[in-house]
Amino acid sequence: MSIFSYLKQREHTSSIAKERLQIIISHERSQRHTPDYLPQLQEEILNVISKYVSINRNQVVVSLDRTGDCSVLELNVTMPDLSAERN
Amino acid sequence: MSQIIVITSGKGGVGKTTSAAAISSSLALRGLKTVVIDFDIGLRNLDLIMGCERRVVYDFVNVINGEASLNQALIKDKNVPTLYILPASQTRDKEALTIEGVEKVLNELSQRFEFIVCDSPAGIENGALMAMYFADHAIIVTNPEISSVRDSDRILGILASKSKRAIENRAPIQEHLLITRYNPERAEKSDMLSVTDVTDILAIPLLGVIPESHTVLKASNTGIPVVLDEQSDAGFAYRDAVARFLGDDVPMRFVTTQRKGILSRLWGRTKEDSLS
Repeated sequence: MSIFSYLKQREHTSSIAKERLQIIISHERSQRHTPDYLPQLQEEILNVISKYVSINRNQVVVSLDRTGDCSVLELNVTMPDLSAERN
Repeated sequence: MSQIIVITSGKGGVGKTTSAAAISSSLALRGLKTVVIDFDIGLRNLDLIMGCERRVVYDFVNVINGEASLNQALIKDKNVPTLYILPASQTRDKEALTIEGVEKVLNELSQRFEFIVCDSPAGIENGALMAMYFADHAIIVTNPEISSVRDSDRILGILASKSKRAIENRAPIQEHLLITRYNPERAEKSDMLSVTDVTDILAIPLLGVIPESHTVLKASNTGIPVVLDEQSDAGFAYRDAVARFLGDDVPMRFVTTQRKGILSRLWGRTKEDSLS
């Protein structure tokens, strides 16, 4: 067994575990506060918009951002090119 | 008014039932009137760990449904006089537990007991939610291992949103971290998450560290909770944790390795090694 493989064996895996946990847990904690109604809200907004313009699912994005004790609900609708539609 | 403690973890197999048995026995050993309830409907095991499996006649669900009185269902512990066990039902499904039913039983128990210890099933289904719903304290049992730590964090999120205290906007459930199956030698070699690693991530107060110990299996084999073993390091650690829970200032034990003396190094295997 070479010295190299001996050193490789002594890899400190607990620090890898800790780093992976910190990343996934901070991600999951940020998701924790998103309300359950967001997907349904997105669905209903999509239905209303599609009554007037033809639009597909991925052209509507609903997101909730938290900064401190204030939440911002952001609604992003990509409208089809209206001038092209008129012609 | 009694205090309700839930023993929970999210992940299975981390030592919830062992801890529930040890903690309730330890509270009762101090003369406190204690009852321990198994919430794992359909997969009851607390009775085995407490060594009363052959004395189960009626269970928790029988009491909820009015098929038996609390007195008929409660089993008096054979080792500690102030301790009683309320076993889970083995035949019903988990949906047998309802908020109203559980509340009725807990109210009745709180007339008679100072501490009500709820042994939660694994997972985040109805049984686990019912076990934590009325809690004043939560003891989060965590192994120094990534999946257990992640699930514990998930449970902390659920405690903060789905418990009665959270829903009614009252003071939150008091959270306590109990690290079990800890191996200080492996943690020192950085092969295992250390106590500091786990407390850094979960960021809740540390109640105790239970060392990995062959005496825990011995205790479950014989149906005598590990705190009743006068020689067990895990038993001492549980008793220390309960002392801290009750407000005593007890230093942590078994979190660092004991340096082996030159003689025992030469001798090789110690008594502890040969036993395990």
